[in-house]
Amino acid sequence: MNVILVFLAAIGAIIIWWLAGQRLTSKPWLETGSVQLPAHDGVDRQQSPAPAVKIGLFVFLGVVGAVFSLAVSAYFMRMASADWWAMPVPRLLWVNTAALALSSAALQWAKREAGHGRLENLRPALAAAFVLAVAFLVGQVQAWRELVSAGYVLADNPSNSFFYMLTGLHGLHILGGLAVLSHTTVRAFSTDIAPERLRLSVDLSAIYSHFMLAVWLLLFALFAGWANDFVDLCRTLLN
Amino acid sequence: MVEIPSGSIPSGSAGAIPSAEVEDVELYHPHSWWTKYVFSQDAKIIAVQYSITAIAIGLVALVLSWLMRIQLAFPGYFAFIDADHYYQFITMHGMIMVIYLLTALFLGGFGNYLIPLMVGARDMVFPYANMLSYWIYLLAVLILAAGFFAPGGPSGAGWTLYPPQSVLSGTPGGKDWGILLMLSSLIVFIIGFTMGGLNYVVTVLQGRARGMTLMRMPLTVWGIFTATVMALLAFPALFVACVMMMFDRLLGTSFFMPAIVEMGTQLQHGGGSPILFQHLFWFFGHPEVYIVALPAFGIVSDLISTHARKNIFGYRMMVWAIVIIGALSFVVWAHHMYVSGMNPAFGFFFATTTLIIAVPTAIKVYNWVLTLWRGDIHLTLPMLFALAFIVTFVNGGLTGLFLGNVVVDVPLSDTMFVVAHFHMVMGVAPILVIFGAIYHWYPKVTGRMLNDVLGHIHFWITFLGTYAIFFPMHYLGLLGVPRRYFEMGETAFVPPSAHTLNIFITVMALIVGVGQMVFLFNLVWSLFRGRESGGNPWRATTLEWQTPQTPPAHGNWGKDLPVVYRWAYDYSVPGAAEDFIPQNVPSGGGVTREVHA
Repeated sequence: MNVILVFLAAIGAIIIWWLAGQRLTSKPWLETGSVQLPAHDGVDRQQSPAPAVKIGLFVFLGVVGAVFSLAVSAYFMRMASADWWAMPVPRLLWVNTAALALSSAALQWAKREAGHGRLENLRPALAAAFVLAVAFLVGQVQAWRELVSAGYVLADNPSNSFFYMLTGLHGLHILGGLAVLSHTTVRAFSTDIAPERLRLSVDLSAIYSHFMLAVWLLLFALFAGWANDFVDLCRTLLN
Repeated sequence: MVEIPSGSIPSGSAGAIPSAEVEDVELYHPHSWWTKYVFSQDAKIIAVQYSITAIAIGLVALVLSWLMRIQLAFPGYFAFIDADHYYQFITMHGMIMVIYLLTALFLGGFGNYLIPLMVGARDMVFPYANMLSYWIYLLAVLILAAGFFAPGGPSGAGWTLYPPQSVLSGTPGGKDWGILLMLSSLIVFIIGFTMGGLNYVVTVLQGRARGMTLMRMPLTVWGIFTATVMALLAFPALFVACVMMMFDRLLGTSFFMPAIVEMGTQLQHGGGSPILFQHLFWFFGHPEVYIVALPAFGIVSDLISTHARKNIFGYRMMVWAIVIIGALSFVVWAHHMYVSGMNPAFGFFFATTTLIIAVPTAIKVYNWVLTLWRGDIHLTLPMLFALAFIVTFVNGGLTGLFLGNVVVDVPLSDTMFVVAHFHMVMGVAPILVIFGAIYHWYPKVTGRMLNDVLGHIHFWITFLGTYAIFFPMHYLGLLGVPRRYFEMGETAFVPPSAHTLNIFITVMALIVGVGQMVFLFNLVWSLFRGRESGGNPWRATTLEWQTPQTPPAHGNWGKDLPVVYRWAYDYSVPGAAEDFIPQNVPSGGGVTREVHA
């Protein structure tokens, strides 16, 4: 359960940082009659200037992060038992990783173009991000097929089971992101859309995509065994 | 009208204070009866839908508890209650009560109704996701209830669903539909809850009216807000556990399943860790206790303050305690696993954190009592339920200290003492708050008061009755009467008096159950015949009582959003014209208090 505790510590640090700006030590019973508490004087707003939907996305990413942290915690706990044989990582996963990274980069590009209001560049960027993410998913399914035909089936060994479950869970999240991205892309290709109206949607898609890329890189490190080396290193250092 | 004395308001902002700090949400406008009352995106309608569904499925769980109690007191009286059915009743009763009733009612019901009104918003920030959240919750309830009609019946694995037994043929539903429906229902519930939870959190963060700083929020909102954040982080553990168990059951993986021989056949599983499931389950399960308790803490603070006409004692400490309890509840989960065979050194750590969490909890109890001290206590129904809550919660909390210690827990584990403890602390105590809250807010929801005489009958039956049920149960536990036993058979160490006590408990349980029918009748009867309440029958300060219409109309606030000038607890302010000053009133009824710099 170490992974989830580290994750929760990070979330806790964010919450403490946020609460620290909320004047939790104020004495509200003495501060009546004013609209804003003294420390808010001069501050234009009591809420974050970010749009609600963006904050909602960050909270959602916290939930998704918790799901994957818990699954990875379970991975490490299960790995300690004797019947665990690590599974080979198909070469194809490198290609998939590249596709996902490029998709994320394309969305970053799209975000910049949307910021500058250049619709003619925004459209290919969104389309590229979409196609690359689809390529990632197709590649993942192909990797599954290769593994199955090589005899690494789901129920064979816990490391196989975790591989299929975690990649499946990650793939479903990518699929969900694609549903939103396709909506944005279709809107971008409709004739009379102002780029400003797409800015927020593109921004959100980019954030989500970067997050899912980061999750994938961590999972990939886990499957390739680097994470284990890292954990061993930490253990040695601690002892 | 109240005069606005100069000096109490920073210069320049007197007169016309612009109300729009939050952008006006684009309210959706219902076009037909269907979109207004059924597929509604208005948080108030969704709240009522959540509440009715939760209470309906909760009644099923109530009936299941009667059947269990009848079996325990009069074994064999009903021929259809065999061991399998008994375990199915236990499982469904526990799961429904904890998740589908308490969690859904506190967060989906009270959260939806109270958050937008109390923080001065027009609605939740994502009304569409909010509507989806309810319908997905309803789907989860239907999947769960479908277990009763599936071949083999619902799961009988106990609400903790411990593998390996939960997916084996010896447990009802283990190799049939039961466990699959249970797991799918939980997964669906979590997805639906996440949609609602995002709403509750972001509405508190971004939807507050001008002047509603965090430290001016009523404690109800603090409780629901913190509980939602916890639920968003804790439910994923249950989600992951359910998905992995689904894999074990359907696809033959061995996440949780060790090598096992079932009915003489070696199963293909091997090497899995049942303890891993327990870690995941209780990583969710313990925060769940506080997900239910924190909204109750918040609501009860507001009930006590309002009905004792006194400001809440130690508001800041109350807020800090809520946050600290929320954080600590994530590092106590393994105190449910002292007898699981885990490393004994863990036991010491988790016993310590468990005892530490009692400190902020005790602070809250002291503050409630100190709020009552020299208050102008009105023994209204909400106040009676709040007082009953304090007594019950202290009782259940103290036995929690017993069970938090490893050496005490080991002999008491799996006895009726544990059943008594958790029913007191997270069964009866939150339910008492729910009742108090319904008596308190029913006038706002319907515009009518609940009948007082029926309410008093309901209160005394429920309060005394639940004590009569669960207090003696501690004694049974100390005698060593185990929980989860279909029948005791011939047991040398259990004296005959335990059986007499069991009969007494069952009779009381039936009486309390019937008492709830009085409440349900009251809910329906008062809807048509109740006394008109007016907008603010309790003379309360919080924003939901200051709406232009009662029940509040779509959009809550008419043309302008409210502006907040004070905290939620200005009761009996010296020198004020009335004994309460609503949060949206600029000056203290002629009294000027300097702004503390």
